[in-house]
Amino acid sequence: MTAQDVVFGLLGVIALGSALLVVTTRNVVRAALWLVVTFGAVAGCYLVLTAELVAWVQVLIYIGAIVVLLLFGVMLTRAPIGPTDQVDSGNRRVAVLVGLATAAMLVTLVLQAFHSTYVTLDQPGTASLLGAAVFRSWVLPLEVLSVLLLTALVGAITLTRPTVGTAGSR
Amino acid sequence: MHLALPVVLAALLFSIGVYGVLARRNAVLVLMAIELMLNAVNINLVAFDVWLRDTLHAGQSLTLFVIALAAAEVGIGLAIVLQVYRLRATVAIDDLDQLAEPSPEERR
Repeated sequence: MTAQDVVFGLLGVIALGSALLVVTTRNVVRAALWLVVTFGAVAGCYLVLTAELVAWVQVLIYIGAIVVLLLFGVMLTRAPIGPTDQVDSGNRRVAVLVGLATAAMLVTLVLQAFHSTYVTLDQPGTASLLGAAVFRSWVLPLEVLSVLLLTALVGAITLTRPTVGTAGSR
Repeated sequence: MHLALPVVLAALLFSIGVYGVLARRNAVLVLMAIELMLNAVNINLVAFDVWLRDTLHAGQSLTLFVIALAAAEVGIGLAIVLQVYRLRATVAIDDLDQLAEPSPEERR
């Protein structure tokens, strides 16, 4: 039991607790804010795993961009701001069963597979290596991904244009 | 560090995401649960990258790609949700059953 184990365990407990609150809270805005806590704790887990570039990308994109987008979605769909009973669907009991079954199966599987596997963590400082890998070995997937991101955002703008669907009828 | 810690954390986070996708009624909350599942996958990728000491850093590079894909996914997803809200004035997934198989009494 090293210090890294302890810190990772604590961050994992925070991530799991706030993730549970994300999927159980009755307040839509609070769900988005608990999501920030989850993403922050996961970023801390990346830092413990010496993946500091991934950790900061997580903070920038997930906390900075995706949560803000989700909050925009909450506001634009006029979701109820206060606590409400309208957030859970009728198949909640089945969802609990499926979630517990997934958790039991996956945890048994990974514990059987990795019960005696240990990771030796290097000193942090892998950002330059990761940058070199991304821009040398992975440069073609990176370019494809940037085109995909552009296409997705153009598609999102086209979908939300107010005149969409009425162009033929005018 | 024990490898079981990150993979168990990822497995539990993924199951919480599965529960959220199945149990939530608001489409924006379903998108949030999908983000939880993507984060679980990212933890796995980073943990295996560190464990295998990959010289190409495939795991961490793929994590960056998954994060960018998640941004694209949430952009498109929210565009679709907003369009559904504009057309139906609701984002409750239970009410969006236009494509469902009609039940036997409705068919008669």
